[in-house]
Amino acid sequence: MLSTELVTAAYIGSSVLFILSLGGLSNQEKAKRGVWFGIVGMAIAILATVLGPEMSVSKYLIPSLIVGSIIGLFVAQRVQMTGMPELVAALHSFVGLAAVFIGLNQEINPTKMYFGADKVIHDTEVFLGIFIGAITFTGSVVAYGKLAGSITGKAVILPGRHLLNILMIVVCLVLGWMYLNDTVLATYLNQTGIWTLVAMTIIAFVIGAHLVLAIGGADMPVVVSMLNSYSGWAAAATGFMLGNDLLIVTGALVGSSGAILSYIMCKAMNRNFVSVILGGWGGSGEPLADIEGEMVATDNDSVASMLENAKEIIIVPGYGMAVAQAQSSISELTKRLRNRGKNVRFAIHPVAGRLPGHMNVLLAEAKVPYDIVLEMDEINQDFPETDVVIVIGSNDIVNPAAQDDPNSPIAGMPVLEVWKSRDVIISKRGKGTGYSGIENPLFYKENSRMLYGDAKKSVDELLTKIS
Amino acid sequence: MIIGALKENKKDENRVALTPESAQLLSKLGHKCLIEKGAGTSAGFADAEYKEAGVKVMASSSELIKNSEALIKVNQPTIAEIKRFKVGQILITFIWPAQNPQLVKDLNKKKITSLSMDMIPRISRAQKMDALSSMANIAGYRAVIEAANNFGRFFTGQITAAGRVPPAKVLVIGAGVAGLAAIGAAQGLGAIVRAFDVRPEVAEQIESMGAEFLFLDFDESSSTDGGYAAPSSPEFRKKQLECFREQAPDIDILITTALIPGRDAPKLWLKDMVAKMKPGSVIVDLAAEKGGNCDLTKADKKVVTKNGVTIIGYTDFPSRMAKQSSSLYANNVRHLFDDLTPEQNGKVAVNLDDDIIRGSLVTHGGKVMYPPPAPKVKAVPTTKNSEVVEKTPEQLKIEEAAATRKAGAFQVGMLILGGLVMALLGQYAPPAFMQHFIVFVLSCFVGFQVIWNVNHALHTPLMAVTNAISGIIVVGALLQVGSPNFVVEILASISVLIATINIVGGFLVTKRMLAMFQKS
Repeated sequence: MLSTELVTAAYIGSSVLFILSLGGLSNQEKAKRGVWFGIVGMAIAILATVLGPEMSVSKYLIPSLIVGSIIGLFVAQRVQMTGMPELVAALHSFVGLAAVFIGLNQEINPTKMYFGADKVIHDTEVFLGIFIGAITFTGSVVAYGKLAGSITGKAVILPGRHLLNILMIVVCLVLGWMYLNDTVLATYLNQTGIWTLVAMTIIAFVIGAHLVLAIGGADMPVVVSMLNSYSGWAAAATGFMLGNDLLIVTGALVGSSGAILSYIMCKAMNRNFVSVILGGWGGSGEPLADIEGEMVATDNDSVASMLENAKEIIIVPGYGMAVAQAQSSISELTKRLRNRGKNVRFAIHPVAGRLPGHMNVLLAEAKVPYDIVLEMDEINQDFPETDVVIVIGSNDIVNPAAQDDPNSPIAGMPVLEVWKSRDVIISKRGKGTGYSGIENPLFYKENSRMLYGDAKKSVDELLTKIS
Repeated sequence: MIIGALKENKKDENRVALTPESAQLLSKLGHKCLIEKGAGTSAGFADAEYKEAGVKVMASSSELIKNSEALIKVNQPTIAEIKRFKVGQILITFIWPAQNPQLVKDLNKKKITSLSMDMIPRISRAQKMDALSSMANIAGYRAVIEAANNFGRFFTGQITAAGRVPPAKVLVIGAGVAGLAAIGAAQGLGAIVRAFDVRPEVAEQIESMGAEFLFLDFDESSSTDGGYAAPSSPEFRKKQLECFREQAPDIDILITTALIPGRDAPKLWLKDMVAKMKPGSVIVDLAAEKGGNCDLTKADKKVVTKNGVTIIGYTDFPSRMAKQSSSLYANNVRHLFDDLTPEQNGKVAVNLDDDIIRGSLVTHGGKVMYPPPAPKVKAVPTTKNSEVVEKTPEQLKIEEAAATRKAGAFQVGMLILGGLVMALLGQYAPPAFMQHFIVFVLSCFVGFQVIWNVNHALHTPLMAVTNAISGIIVVGALLQVGSPNFVVEILASISVLIATINIVGGFLVTKRMLAMFQKS
């Protein structure tokens, strides 16, 4: 058995290790070490808790740990890199659910008795912990469904949804007030404590699901990072509730991490965080500028000869590449072109894909060296000197309307200026608009050529022509 | 549809509207092709080649007209020819409806559906059918070749054992398709090329071909109408002639291509300029058919002036390279059929909503369709004059300072607000809470500082690792799992289980991802 002081010391160690673990992610080489810091920190924290003075063992403990570990192992090994967004969303929901359970447990069987201001604060913490946890849980479940394709990716917008949200939050506030004043209300009602919490949990479940349902597929990177943030705050609230500093520190780290990611994503789309969360594009309603010209189709032969004659090539991948699983074919194409002395680079928009950094992971999986994978700000000024740009499965992030058309729903969003290069090849499934349903004038530009068909198939056919 | 290609009967015309290659492509659209005997001979396509390509060779023009539904040729038909056409037949050729009103009437009388290759609108979609451009391209190239043929010197400068040869200086007036082709050809031969055009926006195209653009310091941009230059004001003309006069004694070769649609060619190279040129110089006037850009040009003739300047006024440059021009023209016609056969099933549909078909249509179903309404799409998008005013460095500095001050004020405001909230909390909250709160606030700040440094490419691993770390909630569940209350025990066990999934899954998947990142 460890003393309380020793446990606290262990917690300090864990906290430091967690901070180092996150800090390690500043570059690819340090990151690998960083993960080990995280793992060691977690092991110390769990061991210290189990051996600590507050711990009493249950017969279910060991089986739970073992089963959880096996499932985690299995999932982590099986998941496809294109399936990362779903996995991340699923994992968020677990944290949310755990926070709900722990909060309810705290009410059912408090470890300590509180009085006066302590009680008010403690009850508020319980209430908040459950509320955030519940929203995280259902929000993540819905996000998972959307990303996995079992729920429609389009924004599901109920009539009067804002009113509905406000109403539900007001009801939660009322329930919260009743919960805080249960001793006063006990004279009129029996058992105000637990049922107010349960009712609030159910309503929070609805709020979480409803919020995420109303957000369209293109905004998913923001939603996922937002849920990441919520799961952190839920852990922090749980920490307050249990008076556990380690939980507070870790929760705050994760929470601020998710908040920064959401901020970066919103900035990359020139969107207001609030409007993303409330769902739907904030278009001005004015008519969009007419698009002149026509889409000119091309075939693999001409693309091959264009690449043949090019020196500077930039590839812009998007979600379509992930859907078509085209990353290894693209990697092979990159390798062959690089062997011929061409300068091939990748341009990654911050919101490409459905998860922050999604494209980087997919390209890394396909063994594209990370030093030729650049972000928007690093590469945007190089497009005028580029011979050929290949756009694979991305749409909004290369839409010139964001700069030219003030009435466009994405006006002001920073985009990759691919149209400034000599030739643009766009690999696209069909003539339709992208995920957000916004027409893209890029396809009609004179230096754009459309390569219709499945991205993987197109690239594979290209590979037969370029050896 | 059965498409018949007539033999040209104009004197010195060597071109033909159908080549074996285009016939094969037309048959892919579901059409059948016929050709008059010997029609391709002077262009270098033997009847046997046509037969090989699946084209039926007809012994006479009357037999061909009788058997075809659509006729294609190069030059406008004669009155005698039209008389032999069948009522309702389709005709595709150069018609020049503005210059030949009688011809249009005759065609209409016969209820011929006639499409004129010279009326194809100059829009980007129609470029592949733009026969004027493809012919102009050949004319520009050929003009340089004719000039070289009549010029007694090298084009390229050389220093040889026998002495130094200065490079030829070529001036090209009018940088349309023909002009640009001439620039390219002359450049290729090694000459020093200068070019002039009334449209300042083509300067970039001229320079892209490697020529020097003669810039006129004059504030009048001649707006373009369907891709052609418009006539200019007297003041502008004066300035322009001054510029040419300066050039005259310096240059060796002059190639003029200036045309204004529906008008005589503008006179740009006057007698006195010819007189100033060096003996042995060559002028090739591609506008000879329309009266010529040079005062002394005689259409279809080569003349030599007293001071030894050769002026070439041929009007049949494309026909002088009949094989090349025929194959390009035949391709233009084939692309027009592409548009006319949208279903690719050999059925021709004259769609009046199609800009290209409507534009080139001269007569149709007993009605004169010329002139067409203005095309909906402009050939060159006019650059919008954006009213973005460049900011001066001073303004920028002031703005920056204002922004910094604003950000500073905002930060101070937030700090004061935060301080007030803290003070309020401190007033009522118990000490234990305040201690936890310090930890919380500091952790948030540490988190912000650390996460800002995370590499953008590692955002997905970051999410996975924060996921794993947020599994720390397991600690909370561990503390509850030993509870005597059965419900609590079960709920806590479930929490332990799912939090463990998080921890193990999150860390492992992060490791997997990070292992993939490789440097080249």
